[in-house]
Amino acid sequence: MNKLELQKTANEVRKGIVTAVHSAKAGHPGGSLSAADIFTYLYFEEMNIDPNDPKKPDRDRFVLSKGHTAPGLYSTLAQRGYFPVEDLKGLRHLGCYLQGHPDMKHIPGVDMSSGSLGQGISAAVGMALSAKLSGDSYRVYTLLGDGEIQEGQVWEASMFAGARKLDNLVVIVDNNGLQIDGKIEDVCSPYPIDKKFEAFNFHVINVDAHDFDALAAAFNEAKATKGQPTAIIAHSTKGKGVSYMENNAGWHGKAPNDEEYATAMADLEKVGEALCQK
Amino acid sequence: MSEVKKIATRVSYGNALTELAEEFPDLVVLDADLAAATQTGIFKKAYPDRHIDCGIAECNMVGIAAGLAATGKIPFVSSFAMFAAGRAFEQVRNSVGYPKLNVKIGATHAGISVGEDGASHQCNEDIALMRTIPGMVVLNPSDDVEAKAAVRAALEHDGPVYCRFGRLAAPVINDRPDYKFELGKGVVLREGKDVAIVATGLEVSFALEAAEKLAADGIDAKVINIHTIKPLDEDLIVAAAKETGKVVTVEEHSVIGGLGSAVCDVLCAKAPTPVLKIGMQDMFGESGPAVALLEKYKLDGNGIYEQVKDWLK
Repeated sequence: MNKLELQKTANEVRKGIVTAVHSAKAGHPGGSLSAADIFTYLYFEEMNIDPNDPKKPDRDRFVLSKGHTAPGLYSTLAQRGYFPVEDLKGLRHLGCYLQGHPDMKHIPGVDMSSGSLGQGISAAVGMALSAKLSGDSYRVYTLLGDGEIQEGQVWEASMFAGARKLDNLVVIVDNNGLQIDGKIEDVCSPYPIDKKFEAFNFHVINVDAHDFDALAAAFNEAKATKGQPTAIIAHSTKGKGVSYMENNAGWHGKAPNDEEYATAMADLEKVGEALCQK
Repeated sequence: MSEVKKIATRVSYGNALTELAEEFPDLVVLDADLAAATQTGIFKKAYPDRHIDCGIAECNMVGIAAGLAATGKIPFVSSFAMFAAGRAFEQVRNSVGYPKLNVKIGATHAGISVGEDGASHQCNEDIALMRTIPGMVVLNPSDDVEAKAAVRAALEHDGPVYCRFGRLAAPVINDRPDYKFELGKGVVLREGKDVAIVATGLEVSFALEAAEKLAADGIDAKVINIHTIKPLDEDLIVAAAKETGKVVTVEEHSVIGGLGSAVCDVLCAKAPTPVLKIGMQDMFGESGPAVALLEKYKLDGNGIYEQVKDWLK
């Protein structure tokens, strides 16, 4: 996909996020929207996957360690063809397979159940280790929140990945700067994030999370990096694409009402139209 | 009693992993800087490439195991019960139990028979914690023969399994040609009509010892070995309760949430019967030699005998 197509796809992913969370009357739009471009790049450009064969053994794996941003992952999987986009409206509804947090047992394309922060990265490390043990060539990607890295387990996993030189692992930190209680530096600052991962023997790349050229360069650099895992610190805007949600911690875990939903969709329609003019 | 062979089930665990390594090529063993104590060091020596030391980070180790299982390996995670079931409880629940991943947990140094290390390391809560996780199989073998059989059964079972092993050398009581380990099935070791003693793990041999003493007093005790605490052999327990009218449970674990509670859960619903729960009461242990601790807390043969005798008065 070229850059414009990726941008258009990401905009559709964002519409799906807002629609799903609005329908669920609950969920986490802010961090889903900040990571929408990352999700899109991974599933439409980077990863070796097949929506028609979600379990193919040699596929690249993705673990959403910041599992609460499931709407972002689900919307991307739906856009990619793992299940109907229409199903997104069933998010969090009783009886629907689209659980509030990723559930590998019931959702096509979900490689690991997650949601309890700090745990997904360990599973991703285990998958990367598994590939090394078997001599398999698949790669493993995991997306963490910048608040999530306050969890000690993240650093246990990072220490192990660095020590084991797992160069088939890419840890992406969605650095939108906000967590439930406010700015991450006010709550309990994890900064400097890049230097921390460097200290854990990662190759570290800082990148604009909303620039597909930059994302492409970062993921290519990660692939070319041998002998150590890569951490991509993706500088993002929480709520990206929905005017009133941008940089507002209040939209971490809240659903828009009908009026707000209409505004959000209008914002995204406008972006979509502008992209079509290009 | 003639001198019997004694082997700690943690040693059986290390040996079984090694013996089964060829048969289960996907088996990998994880440890958190305790390979010498958990005895996975035996496996490490034979299969260094399949032994992964995760360092002192049990929560991460469980997560790594989840990732290994999600990609086709059969990881056996090893640590002390305190850390495997205690510290990493939520990782076991959310990263292993919820996705029903094929992870096995080999938890050694369970119960007060840890001895000198004291209460911080004497895990009397692991069975309670593990049996609350949906789909988790909980095994607590009584001796060397059963521990090895339990490791095999765990590997053959598709899904999460918690195996409890001890530090103290335990008498070998199952060394007989017709011994067969069936997951979820209790074993009647002694018939009796006055009381049914349902024991698990290290306490099985002590329960047999207590039954001998009771017999000398004219009390005819049935002894049942429950190596699988979950799924529990409900039919066997209900039948024994109906047959004897009195049930005693014995475990080297808190009386809150362990075998005793599991047995009571079944009997409450299916055959209300008076139950005496022998185990660690609602208290922490302390430092001391294992044998002395078992005596102090009335978890040895004599302690069980006295408590049962007293209860039956």
